Amino acid sequence: MNQDDTLVSIRGLSFKRGGRVIFDGVDLDIRRGSVTAIMGPSGTGKTTLLRLLGGQIRPQAGSVKVDNQEIPTLRINELYQVRRRMGMLFQSGALLSDLNVFDNIAFPLRENTQLPESLIRTLVLMKLELVGLRGAHQLMPWELSGGMARRVALARAIALDPMMIMYDEPFVGLDPIAMGIIVKLVRHLNDALGLTSVIVTHDVKEVVTIADYCYLISDGKIMGKGSPKELMQSGSAWVHQFMEGKDDGPVPFHYPAKDYAHDLMEAP
Amino acid sequence: MNGQYRIVTQTILGVGKSTLFLLRVLAGLPSVLARPFLVVYQIYMVGVLSLIIISISGLFVGMVLALQGYTSLARFGAEETLGVIVALSLMRELGPVVTGLLFAGRAGSSLAAEIGLMRATEQLSAMEMMAVDPIKRVIGPRFIAGVISMPLLSAIFTTLGVLGGYLIGVELLGLIPVRIGRKYSMPRPSKMTFSTASSKA
Repeated sequence: MNQDDTLVSIRGLSFKRGGRVIFDGVDLDIRRGSVTAIMGPSGTGKTTLLRLLGGQIRPQAGSVKVDNQEIPTLRINELYQVRRRMGMLFQSGALLSDLNVFDNIAFPLRENTQLPESLIRTLVLMKLELVGLRGAHQLMPWELSGGMARRVALARAIALDPMMIMYDEPFVGLDPIAMGIIVKLVRHLNDALGLTSVIVTHDVKEVVTIADYCYLISDGKIMGKGSPKELMQSGSAWVHQFMEGKDDGPVPFHYPAKDYAHDLMEAP
Repeated sequence: MNGQYRIVTQTILGVGKSTLFLLRVLAGLPSVLARPFLVVYQIYMVGVLSLIIISISGLFVGMVLALQGYTSLARFGAEETLGVIVALSLMRELGPVVTGLLFAGRAGSSLAAEIGLMRATEQLSAMEMMAVDPIKRVIGPRFIAGVISMPLLSAIFTTLGVLGGYLIGVELLGLIPVRIGRKYSMPRPSKMTFSTASSKA
């Protein structure tokens, strides 16, 4: 993998929050044009990783490079320049609740560019057409279903034609049809628009169908990496348990406790 | 940071954070003024919608002042100073202070709820990721709207208070209206605008 091929390069990343270690010496590379999945159990800091990439928080140690720019050292204005080329899809959609669908997608364009209103209208309708919701452009966010809201948020995330798009749990809480649409859209948009996609998720089944490369994170460390196929055949017991969704394994079913029989017999 | 000093350090930390926040808001003001429509909308939201409560309280505060003041003044035969007392106390103290309290209650709490909801639903985070500074886009217009509406509301409160005093004094108690010749010092509306800022933090 040569330097120009890598869009995101993380080296020796360490991050602590309130005394709790979230990341401890994580190394991670994301290739241009690929769909990379970052998976792990809930609460392992997958979303935190996206925030580190977007520069919303700074790590205690290590380097986070996006497009050869060292994110943690950027000044706020430089950071905004980089963010204009990043899209992010939030778990809740995070649509602005006082604007309708059209204005929500027009928002980043109006705020960040000097384009005339007619051109903005064309761009917004094009993005909405991509996610199949051109007919819904007059609706308010609270009139949308969960799946639609996420598609609108997706259209907004690509409004500025970013180089990279980050998905935070894009498959959570959707019905099978809406889920299928999002899965298809992620892959389709990635290839059609020449994006680089980073998906943070714990939905193994959905993501292995579209990801080119996966990272498994747990307890602040990379537990496994490789293409979905490689991971499925991985020799690591932990990776095996996670990918197959087994209830017992290296991650035990039982929270550590004292002896069961002894505990039951003990007088209160 | 442990033991009994924790509360002290936390307080100082809090004051510092609020000050930094205020400075950041002030630094963002020039770019807010480039989008006057947002400010006008917020003036409507925090100012115009607070008019009713401000008007009603102003009127009644003036009426109560006049009624209570009259009974005391009548004992000394000084009823003719009623107008001066009502006008002065409203203009100098009650107007700005009560308006400030009401404004902080009415507009401040609705702003806090609105911004809190935006934070909880990640809207502020999303703005940051879209390279839009929430301090300039969300906080700034509301801050300016507060600074503009507060003195105006205070003036309306005082005016209606004096009107209430007139209604009681002249219409109800039958005093003779006289023109008040003295010039009074301007009200000090800046006192309470700060409370709106702190409620946004």
